[in-house]
Order: sequence, then structure tokens, then C-alpha cells
Amino acid sequence: MAEAEAVESAVAPARSGGPKGAPVLPVLPVPPLVPVRIRAVEGLRGYGLIVAMWVRSTMAYRTSFFLSTFGNAAITLLDFVAIWIMFSHVDVLGGFTLPEIALLYGSSSASLGLADLLLGNTDRIGVRIRDGSLDTMLVRPVPVLAQVAADRFALRRVGRIGQGLAVLVWAVSQLDVEWTAGKVLLVPVMVLAGAAIFGAVMVAGAAFQFVAGDAAEVQNSFTYGGNTMLQYPPTVFAKDLLRGVTFIVPLAFVNWLPALYVLGRPYPLGLPGWVAFVSPLVAVAVFVPASLAWRAGLRSYRSTGS
Amino acid sequence: MGGDALIELEGVEKVFDVRRRTGLMRREKRQVRAVDGISFEVARGEVVGYIGPNGAGKSTTIKMLTGILTPSGGRLRVAGIDPARERMRLAHRIGVVFGQRTTLWWDLPLKDSYGLMRRMYRIPRARFEENLERCVDRLDLAELLDVPVRQLSLGQRMRGDIAAALLHDPDVLYLDEPTIGLDVVSKAKVRAFLRQLNAELGTTVLLTTHDLQDIEQLCERVMVIDQGRLMYDGALAGLHSMGEGGGERTLVVDLERELPEISVEGARVVKVDGPRQWLAFPAGASAAPLVAEVAARYPLLDLSVREPDIEDVIARMYERGQG
Repeated sequence: MAEAEAVESAVAPARSGGPKGAPVLPVLPVPPLVPVRIRAVEGLRGYGLIVAMWVRSTMAYRTSFFLSTFGNAAITLLDFVAIWIMFSHVDVLGGFTLPEIALLYGSSSASLGLADLLLGNTDRIGVRIRDGSLDTMLVRPVPVLAQVAADRFALRRVGRIGQGLAVLVWAVSQLDVEWTAGKVLLVPVMVLAGAAIFGAVMVAGAAFQFVAGDAAEVQNSFTYGGNTMLQYPPTVFAKDLLRGVTFIVPLAFVNWLPALYVLGRPYPLGLPGWVAFVSPLVAVAVFVPASLAWRAGLRSYRSTGS
Repeated sequence: MGGDALIELEGVEKVFDVRRRTGLMRREKRQVRAVDGISFEVARGEVVGYIGPNGAGKSTTIKMLTGILTPSGGRLRVAGIDPARERMRLAHRIGVVFGQRTTLWWDLPLKDSYGLMRRMYRIPRARFEENLERCVDRLDLAELLDVPVRQLSLGQRMRGDIAAALLHDPDVLYLDEPTIGLDVVSKAKVRAFLRQLNAELGTTVLLTTHDLQDIEQLCERVMVIDQGRLMYDGALAGLHSMGEGGGERTLVVDLERELPEISVEGARVVKVDGPRQWLAFPAGASAAPLVAEVAARYPLLDLSVREPDIEDVIARMYERGQG
């Protein structure tokens, strides 16, 4: 990082003093630094700075952090225990065995956990608009999305990721499939691309809150609700719902389609075989409109002030 | 840089669309002109008070000057930058303090907030240390640095916020109601600090306030805004004469003993309390002949002349604005 240290020596022509001929102070020539950088880079840098500070402050209370992380994981694990118990009464659910469902459950849970850790705080934008703290973010030299996402970064959310990954690893160890290179590669790709898709949905949901005031619940119904749906096999859901989550809010690409490929099962809706591999592209395709929506939302805020 | 005006506004407007439900499906759209064509310039090093009743457009103006809101019309420049278009670049040049909310991180100790500011604004470490030390020293922050912001009192938090707004050497400091809710001691501290800041560093200060003492003690220049329009722009002293017509000065007379109401030409008694009487006379008239006459005809112990209360003057201006 070629930081501003170098700039300091280039003392500017100095402030022209007050009308009272007040003493002068060398002014830092700030502008040359900023316009060259791309917004995204500034955003990531700002995000990193804020996150690092929150992590540091979390780690000041190490015990409390470990306890809450563990609690977080334990509570989400109960979810899976419920499924486990269900399987003590039945052998298959929608034609899927327990390890197969565990694959769905673990991947979706890990994806959502990752997205929630990195971008979950964007759902607080509605509150920020109402209490005015969005204004304070607008006067800082960091993109607002990065500030909103990083603020109160909750490292304890790694608990959910850990729980999801644990179930996923167990599923993979239990599954009776022929592991090809493609399938092995697809598992981590599925988790990461799934997180990106969830993340894009979060950003889009946050953008919607500029219009709809407090729509955090709408956003949650897509993310947490979507997660619950994706933990069960697509065969148990109606065709119309499947179409919706394939073509409109493409949650099916989070884990259903890749997982079906791994399991060697047929896709719903007669989709072609390669769709299992396009999740990363879908993630990009969703992020573009989501970030445009965010920018539009912020622009409307700045022109209405609500 | 160059040019003396640090802040320039030319016919700046802000129109809000207000939608109101009038029926089940029908909505009425109404436009509210929060800022209705305001023009002014602020030179480097000035301390300007921006006052007006609630809803006059003060905060809207500040929000446009900081890049939070985009103006609906007119031209606006701060340090040569168009705030709405280059919000992040502008952020390096301005400091903002909102009296009603903090720009600090609520759950973090003050010094962590400051450290984050340093990195965010890319403030060279030496400069940062120097600025922080000055603020800590003058705003009495030394003992608060390790305290999370949420545990600070309002006055402490305000001082913390002011320091945060100044670490990156802004050219201009905006303060929106900086003394609201503060006790007398905290107010005095904040005012003294701002005076010093302006005198020593030449930082331009623009503040909105409801507290006229802020204005009296800090600002050489006052702007009065009402219903989105600039009603007055000039020296504080000039505001008094604006009040003329309705403006009156008061002669307070202490007599040797209780007496019936004083009757002199050009003044009337407005209040009597034991041997003390209050006489009102037009602000434009000289007090000398009145004093001479009273002194000649009544047994006097003491007397004093009171200027019209600036609050009265401004209240009268607002009323006229409505009429």
C-alpha cells in the first residue's frame, strides 16, 4: 500500500488563514489519492479495516467469543438433529436417504453461514435509514455498502459455518457415490457459489429496504427461508416453486443442482446436465442486478432523504 | 485551491415529493420545497451560524453540503468539489458533527474509533498523533479514551465526536446542533474549543443551532433561514436592527423607594417590582434624553439599559416571514 505518508512531505501552499490573519497550517493534498482507485477496491479496503477492528474488539473477550460461537453452532445443530430424529422413523424422505439430505443440509447451511457472516448485516439498513445512522456513513470516505456490511461484524457466526461444514463432511464420508474429479471439485464450488448467491440476495433485499422501509423480513424469507427449503430434496416441493427458485430467485443453484449432480440423480424441470456447474456464473449474474439495485436505492435515498 | 470562497451556493433548491394516502388506492403527490433557492458564500476561516425554526431547511442544507443529499437545483461547491457527485472525495475535506447522533462506533472505545478513522482517512501517523493529542488535551478526553461510546455521557460523547471530525484536518467543520442537550459546563467547553480551533488552525466552521448563545459567542456572521429561504445574512449586530419596528430596548430603573409608575415621554412602564421599574422605549431612539429626564425627576439609585433580546428579534422575524 503506497499510503499517504509520502504525501505529507509535499506540503501544500498552506491555507490562506482566516480573515483575522490566523496562523496557517499546511493542508494535506488529499484528492490525488482517491479518484484513481476503483470503488470496489476502496470498498474492500474499508470493509477489511472495519472488520479487522470488530474482530480485534471481539477477541478482547475471548471466552465470551468462544462460548457464543459454540452456542451458535450448537443451536443450529439442533436443526439437523430434528432431521436425524425424523429418519429414525422413515428410511427415505422424498426418495432421499439421510446422508443425501445431509449433503443438502450441510452445503446450504455452510453457504448461508458464510454469506451471513460477510454480508448479513446489510439487513439492518432499514434501521439505519430510520435512525439516521446511514447519514453518518455517507460522510465517510468509504462506500456505504462496505460500511453497512462490515459494521458489527459478528465473528461468532463462524459457528453456523462450522456446523454446516461438519454435517457436509459427515455426509460426504457416508455417501455411496463414485467420486469423479468433477464431483470432488463441485462440493467446495457449491459452498462458495452458494454463499455468493445468498449474498447477492441479501444485497438485493437491502436495496429493497430503501423503497419499502422495513422489509428486513422479506429479505430473511429469501435467505433463511431459502436455506430451510434447500435443506430438503427438491422432489418434495411443487413444480411452480422449483421454477421460481430456478429462474427468478435462483436459489436452486446454491446447492440443489450441484448436489443432484454429485448424487447422480435426475434434475427437476428436465434441465440439462451442465447446469450443476454454472452456479458461479449464476452468482455473478445475480450480483450485477443486486448491486445496481443497491446503487439505485442509495441514489433514491440521497434525493429524497426520507 | 485558490479563490476565497470555500463554500459556494447558487440558487440551491431541494424539493421533496411527499406522498400521502388519500384513499384506498389513491395517493396524493405533493411537493415540499425544503430549500427554496439559497445563495451564499463562506470564505475560508469564517465561523458562520445558520439558524432558523424547526423545519426551516437548516439540516437539509447541511446534508447537501456534506453530500448526503443531492440538490434538486442550483449549484453547490465545497472546496471546489460537487458534494453529491464526489461524496467520498469530499469526505476527506470536511468534518461533520451531528448533535443528535454519533459518528463514532457505539460499542467501541473512543480510541478504537479514532484508530479506525486514521486508517479510513489515510491520515499520516505523525499528523494523526498530533491532532489527537491536541483534541484530547483541549477537550479533556484523556480519561475517556478507553470507554465504549455507549457509556459516555452526552457531553462527553459530543466532545468525542468533535475530535473524531477533526483528526483528518478538514477544511470545514459542519456542526448540526452541537450543544443540544448539553449542560452549561459542557457547552462552554465546546464553544471554547471551537473558538480556539478557528483562531489557531483557521478551520472554517458552519454550525446550526437553536441556542443563540452559541451564535453570540462564536459567530461573526449569522444566516437566518425560514421556509427554505435566506431571510438574513450578515453580522450578528445587524440582527438587532432588523428587529426594529417591533424592537424595543429596556431601561431598568432602581428608585430609592417604591413610587407610583414613572411617567416620561417616549417610554412606558412595562413592569414594576418594588422600587425597581422597567421602561420600554424604541430601539432606534437614544437613551440619553430619557435617562436625563428620569434622573432629573425621580430619586435614582441605579439604572441600566438592556438591548432587545436576540431571541425576540428572531422570533419576530419568523412571524413576519409567515405573514
